[in-house]
Amino acid sequence: MSSGYLEKMAASIRAMSAGFARSLMAGALVTAFVSVATAAQARELRVCADPNNLPFSNERGEGFENRIVDIVAKELGADVSYVWWAQRRGFVRNTLKAGLCDLIPGAPAALEMLRTTVPYYRSSYVFVTREGEPGISSFDDPRLRDLKIGVQLIGDDGANSPPVAALARRGIGAHLKGFPVYGDYSTPDPQSEIIEAVASRDIDVAIVWGPLAGFFASRQPVKLRVAPVSPLIDKPVVPMLYDISMGVRRDEKALSGELDAALKKHRQEIDAVLAEFHVPRLDTGNAASP
Amino acid sequence: MMSSHYATIARKTTLAVSVAIFALAVLGAFSTGFFPAFAQQPAIKPPAAAAPPDDGQWTMPAKNYASTRYSELDEINEGNVGKLQVAFTFSTGVNRGHEAAPLVVGNTMYIVTPYPNILFALDLTKPGAPMKWRYEPRPEPASQGVACCDLVNRGAAFANGRIFFNTLDGHTIAVDAASGQPVWNTKIGNINIGETITMAPLVVKDKVLVGNSGGELGVRGWVKALDANDGHVVWTAYGTGPDSDVLIGPEFKPFYDGDKGTDLGVASWPPSAWQIGGGNMWGWISYDPELDLIYHGTGNPGPWNPDLRPGDNKWTAGIFARNPDTGAARWFYQWTPHDLHDYDGINEQILLDMQWKGEPRKVLVRPDRNGYLYVLDRTTGEVLSAKPFAPVNSSKGVDLESGRLIENPEKQTGTGKVVRDICPASPGAKDWQPSAFSPRTGLLYIPHNNLCMDSEGIEVNYIAGTPYVGMNVRMKAGPGGHRGEFTAWDIANEKPVWKIDENFPAWSGALVTAGDVVFYGTMEGWFKAVSAKTGKLLWQFRTSSGIIGQPIAYRGPDGHEYVAILSGVGGWSGAIVAGDLDPRDATAALGFVNAMKDLKDVTNTGGTLYVFRLP
Repeated sequence: MSSGYLEKMAASIRAMSAGFARSLMAGALVTAFVSVATAAQARELRVCADPNNLPFSNERGEGFENRIVDIVAKELGADVSYVWWAQRRGFVRNTLKAGLCDLIPGAPAALEMLRTTVPYYRSSYVFVTREGEPGISSFDDPRLRDLKIGVQLIGDDGANSPPVAALARRGIGAHLKGFPVYGDYSTPDPQSEIIEAVASRDIDVAIVWGPLAGFFASRQPVKLRVAPVSPLIDKPVVPMLYDISMGVRRDEKALSGELDAALKKHRQEIDAVLAEFHVPRLDTGNAASP
Repeated sequence: MMSSHYATIARKTTLAVSVAIFALAVLGAFSTGFFPAFAQQPAIKPPAAAAPPDDGQWTMPAKNYASTRYSELDEINEGNVGKLQVAFTFSTGVNRGHEAAPLVVGNTMYIVTPYPNILFALDLTKPGAPMKWRYEPRPEPASQGVACCDLVNRGAAFANGRIFFNTLDGHTIAVDAASGQPVWNTKIGNINIGETITMAPLVVKDKVLVGNSGGELGVRGWVKALDANDGHVVWTAYGTGPDSDVLIGPEFKPFYDGDKGTDLGVASWPPSAWQIGGGNMWGWISYDPELDLIYHGTGNPGPWNPDLRPGDNKWTAGIFARNPDTGAARWFYQWTPHDLHDYDGINEQILLDMQWKGEPRKVLVRPDRNGYLYVLDRTTGEVLSAKPFAPVNSSKGVDLESGRLIENPEKQTGTGKVVRDICPASPGAKDWQPSAFSPRTGLLYIPHNNLCMDSEGIEVNYIAGTPYVGMNVRMKAGPGGHRGEFTAWDIANEKPVWKIDENFPAWSGALVTAGDVVFYGTMEGWFKAVSAKTGKLLWQFRTSSGIIGQPIAYRGPDGHEYVAILSGVGGWSGAIVAGDLDPRDATAALGFVNAMKDLKDVTNTGGTLYVFRLP
């Protein structure tokens, strides 16, 4: 093993918080040695994922992406090894494209920097409101002008989330509260704050990406309503719904094909995992509300 | 925030305003025909208290409080600069963009690197300037994922036996200059909310002045004064919000009516938008000891789509004069009200005393990101002049009656709308790279960009598991096809005297000396010396990596003049190399990669100090 490889392994941890880095450093290096030692015996599926990003993934394997990776790896006859890296700017470039891993378990099918597999779910941005209060389901609902609205702050060079664009187009911005999409990474569930804010009445409605809305809404002490936004494409160009695939390097056609087959073959199992995580789906019609 | 906005604006290519000037000016490297009769002009000089006689040291990045970056040393001059040779070099071992100026205090040179922000001390009395000590603050690794545009640090400052510098993860640190031992370390920024610190501190009296970066994450901008003795925060002045937070009180007397009123930092925003409104401060501060005022800019507004923040969005993209002891604001001027293009207002300001239309004036000169070279009365904030120093079509000039920038509405972008040839692009006609002023020529030497941009529809992106669409921005060379320029600007006559075209953005700082030599570096790695009068290239040396650092001149222990520069490509413009970005991804680094595709072909990463002297 070259020192360059070790350096990359160490680098893979750099983007995470110091606490995480310390606890993971030893583990990651051990994994690296083991994977080399066993390369001859078993196929390895190297996956890059965020160690602290439920409901998608975490280092304990508790996210739905972790679970779906296991399903797919089993079909491929491969052992899964993770390279943990906070999903920030440069995630794809520093992980998959740097050769640290071969697979990213979640990516929009339209993401140009990757080769993406067949989509395994379609979700949308959703309105999250308290049950028992008038629900919101459209950007054209006049009540939005008076309600306190929470949105995700993207933090990528000033880009805003699609709902923010939709609100801006309608001149609705007076009662907007931004929640950084990264959340407070020093806490266990960085992205939960925006949903907790609905439950605690800090805001009246959250407009967030479906999977994390469904998951965190199901864990609040009060009942919350999760409803896909409308319109689903804010004309002329802003889509609120996205097909989500797995991503591999653009030249990995063979791997992509294997993954396609595995995703199709295990469709029912995958659907069950997504349902367990309350992912609002637009492709199956079971837009789950907890 | 160093990046462009979702609804960044594109404006029509009505280059008429600036083209006339450029047709005259862009004649190549040496247009001696335009060489003015310097001797006949009344002197333009920095105030003596802000620019004391040169003692041969270099104790702050801007050289002095007036920020002239002018050295009185003249051993190296136009006649002999061609003989410069390498005195010594030093590898920093860091592969990110090196934007810092080295410092020289007594017989020691100090260098602070990009993340991980190592502070080196080199012994100038010994052959080869060996390392005396190094101090490693070990910033939190997570700060790398938070910083927007490479992991730069713009330098340290020396005062009272201590070196003061900032770390990417939001600490200000005082280190004993002799021993390298830390004296105090104060955490003033929180990376978990997106705050980082990249600027060089300025020490004024017993205060260390520092500001934050992070506007794209909704970080509210501030400048803090820390007690130089123990590091405790004495005052904090925010860039947005109520007057009490901005430190606007009875002393505040802005020149223009648009800046008068109560709590404009709240009223010029939709409710609560100011709380995450940006207005960060990651650039340069100047200080006038006579007026006892510090001057600092504010960054652009954020993080929302401009449609969601109607109003002037005060106090972003402007400049404050403040009392350094209390932080109390004296005046404010807004370069770019309701900024649409990411035109942070944080560039350097050079303090000068000069005759203006027959009257003696205390002025402040600012080459701003929005493309105008401003001359302000620094006692009042009145705009005396605002002329484009680079191609500008995003605005049509500055109304000297109201002081207001005249927006060009024709190129306003919207989501999915295609707009081409917006000039300047998001990094501005000039980004952070500081200019230099020579009292011998009356000229300001400005390293800058010649970049425009196209906004072409949208592209899908993905972060922390959340898909979204961003504007597809591609930067490209401005008129002429070159991406950078080095301009000598005649402040009194409001026009360029000579210009040098550079293939890449001129992203390094400038230095001018009493030997009438101007030094700057290029992103290819050339360290250049040109005539301060004509711009004629006198000498150049190819360093090991692209240059985005700040050159300095100092008198060594042997009594001779030395010139030093950090080489090491990176920064926002150099992210394609420092961050190893894919040149096929035109929109990477917020579209900057499109303009920098060929940088990888000409340079590689690696931080190295180069020091030159005459044989």
